[in-house]
Amino acid sequence: MHDKTLTELKAGLQAGDFSSRELTEHFLERIKRHDGELNSFITVTEEQALRQADAADQAIAAGDHRLLTGLPIAHKDIFCTEGVRTSCGSRMLDNFTAPYTATAVEKMAAEGAVMLGKTNMDEFAMGSSNETSFYGPVKNPWDTERVPGGSSGGAAASLAARLAPGATGTDTGGSIRQPAALNGVTGLKPTYGRVSRWGMIAFASSLDQAGPLGLSAADCALMLQAMAGHDDKDSTCLNEPVDDYLGALDQSVDGLKIGVPEEFFPDNLDGAIAENARDAMRELEKQGAKLVKLSLPSIKLSVPAYYVIAPAEASSNLSRFDGVRFGYRCENPTDLEDLYKRSRSEGFGAEVKRRILVGTYALSAGYYDAYYKRAQKVRRLIRDDFSRAFKDVDVIMGPTSPETAFKLGAKADDPVNMYMADVFTIAVNLAGLPALSMPSGFINGLPAGTQVIGNYFQEGRILNVAHRYQMATDWHQQAPGGFA
Amino acid sequence: MAIDSKVVARAAHLARLRVDDSETAELSARLNDILGMVDQLQQADVDQVEPLAHPLEVSQPLRDDRVTEPDVRDKVLPLAPASEDGCFLVPRVIE
Repeated sequence: MHDKTLTELKAGLQAGDFSSRELTEHFLERIKRHDGELNSFITVTEEQALRQADAADQAIAAGDHRLLTGLPIAHKDIFCTEGVRTSCGSRMLDNFTAPYTATAVEKMAAEGAVMLGKTNMDEFAMGSSNETSFYGPVKNPWDTERVPGGSSGGAAASLAARLAPGATGTDTGGSIRQPAALNGVTGLKPTYGRVSRWGMIAFASSLDQAGPLGLSAADCALMLQAMAGHDDKDSTCLNEPVDDYLGALDQSVDGLKIGVPEEFFPDNLDGAIAENARDAMRELEKQGAKLVKLSLPSIKLSVPAYYVIAPAEASSNLSRFDGVRFGYRCENPTDLEDLYKRSRSEGFGAEVKRRILVGTYALSAGYYDAYYKRAQKVRRLIRDDFSRAFKDVDVIMGPTSPETAFKLGAKADDPVNMYMADVFTIAVNLAGLPALSMPSGFINGLPAGTQVIGNYFQEGRILNVAHRYQMATDWHQQAPGGFA
Repeated sequence: MAIDSKVVARAAHLARLRVDDSETAELSARLNDILGMVDQLQQADVDQVEPLAHPLEVSQPLRDDRVTEPDVRDKVLPLAPASEDGCFLVPRVIE
């Protein structure tokens, strides 16, 4: 059962080939058997999963088939889930049981989804390797000496090892797409504001966006169909109609104009990575797509702009963790200031503290114009580059990540080197555009991913492009050995 | 601008983080790496450019001014590390 896509499992449930309980028990059993090695889950919600599965079986028996009825889904531990520990990968929230459920999770549950558990992640989603988690690093199922990417590393690794057939993630600078690429799965970051952020623990609020990770573009379409839509509780969640993503999957790509920015193929890019992305585009060319060379000159400044804006917003968002209202509190504080300082210093890990300090510095008196304001101006240049490009092309493509999965520990002490892992994904967040990563082959036995970027609200189009690619290739069907 | 231990100490205080002397040197070095990379922003010609805060530049929607949230005190107070009589408990601030 675990080699099937969510789409196939949905058909199996509807046909009565198996029950949701059987399906859920199968994945829970696989998590027990294999997750000791991978560490992709922080919390497994077995009892709740079986309860939801039984309810789904009753619904199916009564003829009530919704988008996700009876399908097991793993949620990133950044989404609040009522009555279940929601840690955000941090010691700060190790003892935190959420008092309510995030809208994105609630919407999937309303469509009948079964929650398997909460997946591991970089602490507060700050990382590209999953090594900053308080719960220890996740291992990449393709090579357990390597990282799964981050921050949604647990989501991507659990999918690759077939411990869950569908997963949610969040993407602030590449945190869905980069781990999707490094694990050989498909992951979509929607348009900023397409999915509600309510109940999603905030990192950088003008960049954070939730989205699905799956074994195929069709599976991502199915999950996004349930997740997307307006929410009164998130004032940045846009009140735009939700397209029929599933209905758009099969459209032809004949005549599709694919923009190929020279900045995604810099001279110093690994030749095998560049060739892999070019091969993916050639496959779509065979189906009638046209390649259009273009330039996005300002995106070379996207990493520096991001590493001002994201830490600045994080320093503000994370000020709520004060040891008073919820979360970690230090032992025997001498006074209120000691309570704040020691609770925060003991509750946060090294990378989170670095980013809080960078953000605090960038926002402090005398530096605001030089850093934050300037970064926001550069952000406009980047957004305008994309807007100009989308006048001439339908989608933009390139490699998702400049490298395949790297060794655990290889960059752990070198933040700036680690930040470059997101060099091709960050600009998309600054511009607020939708983008996905799809598996496009292997380099030395490790998965490589190709990124497809769309214009605002063109999730249906990029899912369609990825689906057409996946109809002609089988990279997305490859699974790592060792997880039978 | 080089980040030295004084700058780190000031930012740490503003962020209410305790940074021990033993950590300062390493932390200053890493923050200098990060801000050195960020300094590429100085190359950009942005004199005539307006800052962008929201990618789609939408304004905040308005809603009717009416009560929508129920009282959740009894749900959230048990999450506090210490509470008493319906209040959050902190060390004494007034002598």
